[in-house]
Amino acid sequence: MATEELQPLIYDLGSPGRIGVNLPECDVPAASLPAELLRESLPLPEVGEVQVVRHFVKLSKLNYSIDQGLYPLGSCTMKYNPKINEDAARLPGFAQLHPLTDEDGCQGALYLMRELQTWLGEISGFKAVSLSPAAGAQGEFAGILMIRQYHLDRGDAQRDVILVPDSAHGTNPATVTMAGLNAHELPADSQGNVDLQALRAACEGDLRERIAGMMITVPSTLGLFESTILEVIDAVHAAGGLMYMDGANMNALMGVVKPGALGFDVMHYNLHKTFSTPHGGGGPGSGAVGVNARLAPYLPGPIVEIVEEEEGEEPPLYGFVMPEKSIGRLKAFHGNFGMHLRAYAYIRVYGDSGIRDVTRYAVLNANYLRARLMATYHLPYPRYCGHEFVLEGHIEGADAVHALDISKRLMDYGFHPPTNYFPLIVPEALLIEPTETEVKEDLDAFVAAMEAIAAEALREPETLLNAPHTAPVRRLDEVKAAKELVLCCAPALPR
Amino acid sequence: MGDWQTPAGLKYAKSDEWFAVQGDTVTIGITDYAQDQLNDIVYVEFREEGESLDAGDSFGEVESVKAAAELYSAVPGEIVAVNAALEDEPEVVNADPFGAGWMVKIRADDLAPLEALMDAAAYDSYCQGR
Repeated sequence: MATEELQPLIYDLGSPGRIGVNLPECDVPAASLPAELLRESLPLPEVGEVQVVRHFVKLSKLNYSIDQGLYPLGSCTMKYNPKINEDAARLPGFAQLHPLTDEDGCQGALYLMRELQTWLGEISGFKAVSLSPAAGAQGEFAGILMIRQYHLDRGDAQRDVILVPDSAHGTNPATVTMAGLNAHELPADSQGNVDLQALRAACEGDLRERIAGMMITVPSTLGLFESTILEVIDAVHAAGGLMYMDGANMNALMGVVKPGALGFDVMHYNLHKTFSTPHGGGGPGSGAVGVNARLAPYLPGPIVEIVEEEEGEEPPLYGFVMPEKSIGRLKAFHGNFGMHLRAYAYIRVYGDSGIRDVTRYAVLNANYLRARLMATYHLPYPRYCGHEFVLEGHIEGADAVHALDISKRLMDYGFHPPTNYFPLIVPEALLIEPTETEVKEDLDAFVAAMEAIAAEALREPETLLNAPHTAPVRRLDEVKAAKELVLCCAPALPR
Repeated sequence: MGDWQTPAGLKYAKSDEWFAVQGDTVTIGITDYAQDQLNDIVYVEFREEGESLDAGDSFGEVESVKAAAELYSAVPGEIVAVNAALEDEPEVVNADPFGAGWMVKIRADDLAPLEALMDAAAYDSYCQGR
């Protein structure tokens, strides 16, 4: 991999008077603003068009993306984003639609949203779906607010505890706290499942009357299917709590397992994971929530419904509706509609058997990598995995080498590193998720790199400790980055 | 996962705090094993002097480049001192977890809960098995 040069900021490229665009004469009267609102100066970069293009093309070459190679960042599901999704999102009838357009004037968009609600409901086994949450964490927030409101409506105001396994995403306890409830942590057992004894102790002990519900990710963040999930759901329901499924790992279930049929009451999807809409700087997320009948009246709104049935040649009329006891709006307008479009295109292209194949290939690829890598790296939970698995980034006899060093060295081999140090319950965790689109040759190349790195760790640990060697800034100082936040993009060099 | 120090004469909790008793005052910090696992510590925050804690309450939190963790006191009592120097130089916890990296001092209402904690040998073998 060639070393790309670090680039100056665009502010450092300009020269006074250099311009890239000639704006037309203003054809409306200039507004007069109060003096205190006017700036003295506006230091924008003064650059020509070709400089702008070259600057950003060079920056893009410093980037690493799924379009370049394997991106096994576990838990994040960095799956390939099919280009047809982008075609769909750029259709002018959608792309130029103003969010304040009358419902009469955007029936096509409303139809699409209703179809997507229906399909997500079908895939998850839930009665109703709202597309409005802006991303996964907002979907979680919506889910817990709905659970809270459900209990309040039943006069169960004392239910203020949400059970959360210790393998959970950090957003789960954060969501609970943000919703004004209390998180109670549950340990994992030796198989990586929720410890049923600890769960039953919580559900049958002092907390019983206070349990509002449980948040759980399936498969867990260890990539393991909760093999006792039905018992977990029964125990929480028996205590009067509701079950929230964090759909972050839906890529291992889609088309194969319906969370609603398992007994869950509510879940969120990450359209930007499971349904291939871009994320990680490539676009906003989208955190649709699905619910069963008892929570349907509480969905965040508005959702799209048929407001007038079809009649003869007349198609049905679609419109926005606020659910009866809605927890309210979570976002201006109607959620991240551009993401709804892409997710719709993805489901439409694959169809139901294709969606199932996505899941099967995701799980097959992860198990293939797991089986090959467990000869070299310690696998703390030796079970079949879902769409991802955790290794310990520690090599016997190379004590100075940590998971972070292995990850940094992978960059030299041309791969994006896996997720480091999550889940927290595995020391030196490397969370690896290849996704469904990788072919065997690419998976084998990743295994070869991981094996080569393990050999280097014993033979020449310094090579790992100083990695990456090919990135323009080498090893970043993470301590300094965490302690000395510089969030302002001011000119780096004096003019 | 590497060598770590576990001084004798202290009490150790499963949540990786150490407890040093002098009269009715208990000094608390985190272990060498814990700082090694956390990696570079970038932030600490403690509850304030004068606050009262029940046994098992959190007295603050520590954050590293890897993770954030709550800090727990095994003993009930009043916080009589916090190591404010760590707020500017949290890396001292990495460098000297049992010395300059101490975190809080508590005037304990009851020292009995310490009986249930581990001694150095027991904590060492507990860490070996993790």
